[in-house]
Amino acid sequence: MVKLLREAEKIKMETTVSKKVDKIEFGLMSPKFIKEMASAKIVTPELYDKEGYPVDGGLMDVRLGVIDPGLKCKTCGCKLKECPGHFGYIELARPVIHIKFVTVILDLLRCTCRSCGDILIPNDKISKYREELEKIGKEFGVDEQRLKVKEIITSLKTITKCPHCKEKQLKIKIEKPTTFLEDEKRLSPIEVRSRLERIKREHLPLFGINPDSAQPEWMVLTILPIPPVTMRPSITLESGERSEDDLTHKLGDIVRINQRLFENINAGAPEIIIEDLWDLLQYHITTFFDNAVAQLPPARHRSGQPLKTLTARIKSKEGRIRRNLAGKRTNFSARTVISPDPMLNINEVGVPMVMAMKLTVPERVTEWNIEYLKEFVKRGPKEYPGSNYIIRPDGRRKKITDETREQLLEELQPGFIVERHLMDGDICIFNRQPSLHRMSMMCHRVRVLPGLTLRLNPAVCAPYNADFDGDEMNLHIPQTEEARSEAEILMEVQTQLISPRYGLSIIGCNQDAITGNYILTKYLKMPREEAVDLLVAIGVDSFSKLPNKSVVNGKEIFSVLLPDDFNFRGFARHYKEGIKDPDAVIEIKNGTLVTGILDKNNLGEGSGLLLRNLHKQYGAKEMVDMLGKIYRLGIEVLLRYGFTITLSDIDLKPEVREEVKRLLEEADNDVNRMIQEYHDGTLELLPGRDLRETLELKILDRLNKARNETGEIVAKNADEDSHTLMMILSGAQGNLLNLAQMSACVGQQALRGGRISNGYSERTLSCFKKGDLGAAARGFVKNGFKNGLEPFELFFMAMTGRDSLMDTALRTPKSGYLYRRLANAMQDFKVEYDFTVRDAGKKIVQFAYGEDGVDVSKSEGGKINVGHIIRTTK
Amino acid sequence: MKRELKQYEDKLPPKLLEELEKELPDKASSNKVKKIVEKVYSEYRNSLAEPGESVGLVTAESIGEPGTQMTLNTFHFAGVSEMNITTGLPRLIEILDARSKISTEMMEIYLKKPYSQGKDIRHIAESLKETRFKEYLKEISINVAETRMRIELDDKMLKDRKMTPAKIVRILSKSRLKGFDIKLEKDNNIRIKTSGDEALNMIYRLKEKIKDVYIDGIKGITQVLPVKRETEYVIVTAGSNLKDVFKLGFVDPCRTTTNSIVEIEKLQGIEAAREAIIREIIKVLKAQGINIDIRHILLVSDAMTMSGKVLGVSRYGIVKEKPSVLARASFETPIRHVVNASMVGEIDELNSVIENVMINQPVPLGTGLPGLITKIREEKKKGKK
Repeated sequence: MVKLLREAEKIKMETTVSKKVDKIEFGLMSPKFIKEMASAKIVTPELYDKEGYPVDGGLMDVRLGVIDPGLKCKTCGCKLKECPGHFGYIELARPVIHIKFVTVILDLLRCTCRSCGDILIPNDKISKYREELEKIGKEFGVDEQRLKVKEIITSLKTITKCPHCKEKQLKIKIEKPTTFLEDEKRLSPIEVRSRLERIKREHLPLFGINPDSAQPEWMVLTILPIPPVTMRPSITLESGERSEDDLTHKLGDIVRINQRLFENINAGAPEIIIEDLWDLLQYHITTFFDNAVAQLPPARHRSGQPLKTLTARIKSKEGRIRRNLAGKRTNFSARTVISPDPMLNINEVGVPMVMAMKLTVPERVTEWNIEYLKEFVKRGPKEYPGSNYIIRPDGRRKKITDETREQLLEELQPGFIVERHLMDGDICIFNRQPSLHRMSMMCHRVRVLPGLTLRLNPAVCAPYNADFDGDEMNLHIPQTEEARSEAEILMEVQTQLISPRYGLSIIGCNQDAITGNYILTKYLKMPREEAVDLLVAIGVDSFSKLPNKSVVNGKEIFSVLLPDDFNFRGFARHYKEGIKDPDAVIEIKNGTLVTGILDKNNLGEGSGLLLRNLHKQYGAKEMVDMLGKIYRLGIEVLLRYGFTITLSDIDLKPEVREEVKRLLEEADNDVNRMIQEYHDGTLELLPGRDLRETLELKILDRLNKARNETGEIVAKNADEDSHTLMMILSGAQGNLLNLAQMSACVGQQALRGGRISNGYSERTLSCFKKGDLGAAARGFVKNGFKNGLEPFELFFMAMTGRDSLMDTALRTPKSGYLYRRLANAMQDFKVEYDFTVRDAGKKIVQFAYGEDGVDVSKSEGGKINVGHIIRTTK
Repeated sequence: MKRELKQYEDKLPPKLLEELEKELPDKASSNKVKKIVEKVYSEYRNSLAEPGESVGLVTAESIGEPGTQMTLNTFHFAGVSEMNITTGLPRLIEILDARSKISTEMMEIYLKKPYSQGKDIRHIAESLKETRFKEYLKEISINVAETRMRIELDDKMLKDRKMTPAKIVRILSKSRLKGFDIKLEKDNNIRIKTSGDEALNMIYRLKEKIKDVYIDGIKGITQVLPVKRETEYVIVTAGSNLKDVFKLGFVDPCRTTTNSIVEIEKLQGIEAAREAIIREIIKVLKAQGINIDIRHILLVSDAMTMSGKVLGVSRYGIVKEKPSVLARASFETPIRHVVNASMVGEIDELNSVIENVMINQPVPLGTGLPGLITKIREEKKKGKK
C-alpha cells in the first residue's frame, strides 16, 4: 500500500491514469504505516517564518504539499493544483486514546484478563464460539455477526475470575469521554495500550475485529498523522492577513501541547503537571477528530464559534460525502427564467441567443468538415454562430479572440476540436428542480431564439411540474458523442411520454388547448377560407382532407390533423349511461371525427385516451407531432374566437338566489333543532360516539348536504355557453364546486376533520355568544365569494387557510426525507440478464419484476391491452 | 383452456393468460386465436423490462414523487364516519418504517356463521372490548377511620358485560393487590380493608390503582363497532390484538386482519406480512386518490421482506443490510460505518451505484452495465507505446 502511494506520487498529473478502481479495503493505520506514509515529521507549531515562507517541520511544511502559487512541493516537485498533498506525522509524547474507538476498547478491556491478557472464556469454549461466529458470518453477513459479537461480549461482562490464571477481575468503568477506571483507579492510556497489546491475536475475531486490518493497540494513538496542507488551505484576507483553516488551528494546538509535554517530561516535571498536560493533549486530539463529543466542551475560535474538525467535515448534508462525493457539479450548463411558447415543438426548447453564444458543443475537426468548422472559427466568439475555444490534440485549450483568430485558423487541422456555439437541433438536457422523477430531466432540441428566457411548449409543463410565475430551469449540453446519443435515445421527450408510475400518458393538452378544441368541436362553423387560414397558422400545409364546401364545421377542421386510417371510440366527460346526446360519444372513423366533443378525457394528461391510442398506433414521434398541432389548434381557435370570463358568469337569477337562500335557511333551522335536541338530551346517538360527537357529525353532515344542494342548483342554472362554464365542462380548469363557492355559498370551513372549535373560551370568535354551537358560529360560510364575506367568515377562512399553509410547509421536508430513504434503499435494484430483480449483493428480490416482468412505462396502465389486440386482429 | 393457449402456458404470465381466455371470443377460428395469442406474446415480450433497468430507483421515484401531494392531515374516517384512522403521508411513513408501535391500530374481525349474519352482534362486539375496573364503578367511598374502602358497582354495566360482582371480586383478588382484604358484601358492594402503619396512604393509592385493573375483554381493544359489509356483519375495532382474537371461537381467522404489520409478521409469518404491507400501502394511496402501479408497491414490500424479517426503509433496516460500506456511509451516520468497517476489515467491492458515483466510475445500471471486451492487436499496442 505504501509503495503504491509512493508510486502514485511519482506519476505526474499530466499523465492520465486510466485504471478502474476495483475495490476499497477498510482498516486501521498502524504507527509504522503512518510513519512510512508520511513525508515529513512535524515538530513545531509555528507556521511561517518572518518572510512568510513555510517553516520546515511546521504545519505548513512544503513537503506536505503547496497552497501558494509559485512554490513547489518538496516531495513530488509539483506546483499548486498539481500536487495532491502528502501526509506528515507527529510523535506523541504520551499515547492518547482515539475517541472513535472508546467503546471497543472498553469491551476489550472488560473481556480480557487484567493480568494475563487472555480472553475470559474457558479454553474449551473458545473454539465453539468461534465456529458459531464463522457460521453466522457466512450465512447472514457481517451485521448479524456483529450482533452475535455483542451477545458474546455481554455474556462475558459478568465473569469475575479469569479461567486461565485465576486472577480476580476488577470492574472497569468508563468516565466519559476517554478516561478508563478500574475500581475507581485510573488506567492511563499507556496501561490500556499494553493490555490491548497482550490480547492474543487469534481471539480478536471473537470481538469482531479482523487482526489483518486492525490491531487493538492501534486504537491508542502513539503517532498522529497530519493531513496534507492541500486539505486545509489558508486563505488570504483582503487586508493581506492570513487566516488559517480550522484544522490547522487544531493541529497547532496539538503540536504545541505535545512539545510542552515532551519538554516537561524531559525536565522531570512533577507528575501532576505532566498528567494535566497529558489530559490537555487528549482533549485536543479528541476534538481534532470530533468536536461534538457529548461530554466535552467544543473547541472554539476566539469569536466563540466552534471549530469544524474532521467529523464535521465528513458527515451531514453539507459534509464531504453528500456534498462533494455523491453530488457532482457540471460545466456547460445554464439557468434562467422560463416562459411558454406553444409554437415550439414539444421536444424543443427555446434558448436565448446570449446563452447559445456561451454554451458550446465540441466538434472534432476531420478532413471532411474542416472547411465548415473554419467558418465557425472565423466568426469567433462574438458573431453567431461562431466558436469560443479550440482544443489542440495535446489537450491545450485556446481561446479564440480577435488577436489569436488568424493564427488559430491557420493552425486548425484534423484532430483539433472546435467548441462551436449552440445551434438549432443540438441536443440538450432540460431540468427543473426538484427533480422528483425521471421526467424532471428530459432531452430537448435546441432552438435558438431572441429574448432572454428559456422557452418551452406548455404541454411539457406537467412532467416538469413547471409554471411561469417566475420558475427557473436548467439546461445542460452533453459534451461527448456517447452522452449525446444516450440523451437522445433514452431521454428525449417523446421517449418519456408514458409515466413509469402508472403507465399512462403524462403529456397532453392543458388549459387553453383543451378549451379551444372543446369550443372548436362543439360550436364552431366557419367559411372554408377561414379554416384554411387557421390551419396554416398552426403549421398544417395539406388541406385535401378539408371537405370542399363553403362552410366547414369544427369537427371537420379537427379531422385534418388525424391520420387517414385512424379509428377510435371514446367517451366525452359528460357521457353518462343512457345519455341521448350523440356528441357524448367520440367516434373517429377513418381519420374523420364523426361525432363527439373533444375534452380533457381524450386530450388531457393522464387518461388522455385519444392521444394514448395515437401513440400506440403511430409511434412516439408522430404522436408528439400531432399533439403539437392539436395544442396549437386549440390555442389558435381561442385567439380568433376570443375567450375571456366575466363577472356576470357567476351571477344568479333572482329566483335561484331565493332558492339558495331558502336552502341555507332550512339547513340552519335543522342545525338549530339538532342543537336543541342535544341540550334536551333527546338526540339519537351514533354507535361508538358520545352525545357531543354525534351532534358534531350530524351538523357537519347536514351543512355539507346544504352546500352540495346549493352547488347543484347553481350547476343546473348556469349558462352552458358562458366561458366560465366552458372551462369547467371541458375540464381545462376549475370545477362546479368552485363556481358554486363563488356565486352561492362557500360552505363549512373544516379544521382537523371537524368544524372550527374553540379559540376563546367556549366560543370561536368574540362576536359570538359563549356556548353557541350554531352553524355560523362554528365556521359555516354561507355567503359566496361574489357577495362578499362577513368579517367573522373571513376570519374562519383565514384559519383554515393558515392550517393548510402549515400543512404544506411541514409536508415537503417529510416527504422529501421519505423519498431520500426510499431512493437510498432501492437504488441498486436492477433487472439482471436472467430477468430477476437483484440488489447490489446479487441477492434476489423478485424472480420477475413485478411478478410478470412487464415494464410499466411500456404497458398501458400497467396492463397489456388484450382487448385491443383481439379487436384489431382480423 | 384452448389448445392454442396451452402452448404459451409457460411463456406468458398466468394473469395475462387468464385474461386472454376470458376475452377471447368463443366463435373465433383456431387460426384467429393463434394469431391473437402470437400478437399478445410479442406484445408481452416487447413490454418486458430490459436487463439493466434500474427498477428500484423508478419505484422510489414513483412513490416519492406523489408524496408531496399527500395530505398531512392525520385523521380521516375509515369507511363509515365512526372511526378515525391515520392516513396520508404519516401513515405511509409508518408502514415503510415498519414501526412496531403504530399510531392508530385497527382490526377488522370477520365472524363465522351464524354470527356473521348478525346474531348477537352487539353483544359479541361489546365482549371484545377491553374493560378496566373503573368502568364498573358507580362510587368509591373511603372510610378514613377504619381504613376501609367501599365500592359500589354499576349494575347496568355488569348486566351489559354479563359480569357478576363475585367474578369481579375473584379477578380483583388475583390481581396482585398485596395486603388488601377484598370481600363481597351482601348488598353486592365490594369492601376492601387493610391495616398497618401506612394503611391510609395505601388505601388512597389503591383507589387509583384499582381503577386500572384489567377485568374482561381482549387486551388492547379500546373501541368496537359492528359494521354491515354487503351481506355480513364485520366488527371494526380500534386497538389490535390479533393473537387473542384468533383464540375466540366465533371469529373467522382466515379473513380477520389488523393494520399492524409487525403483529401480522409475528403471528402469521413473513409472507402474510408482505401481503399486509401491500394491502396497507394500497389503502393509503387509494384514500389519497394517487395512482401508482402495483409493481412498485410489490417491489417495496419485497425489498422490505426479502431478508425473512420485516425491515423498515431506514438506516436500521434495509440500508443497514447493504453489502457496501460506502453506500451505507452515504446515507446516514457515515463515521460509525467507516469506523466499524475498519475494524472488521471490510472490503467494498464497488458493486452498487453510489460508490461508483463517488469515485467517478460508470454505475452498474442501464447503459453502464455492458462492457466491451476486445483483443487489441499486438503490433498496434506496441506501436502506440
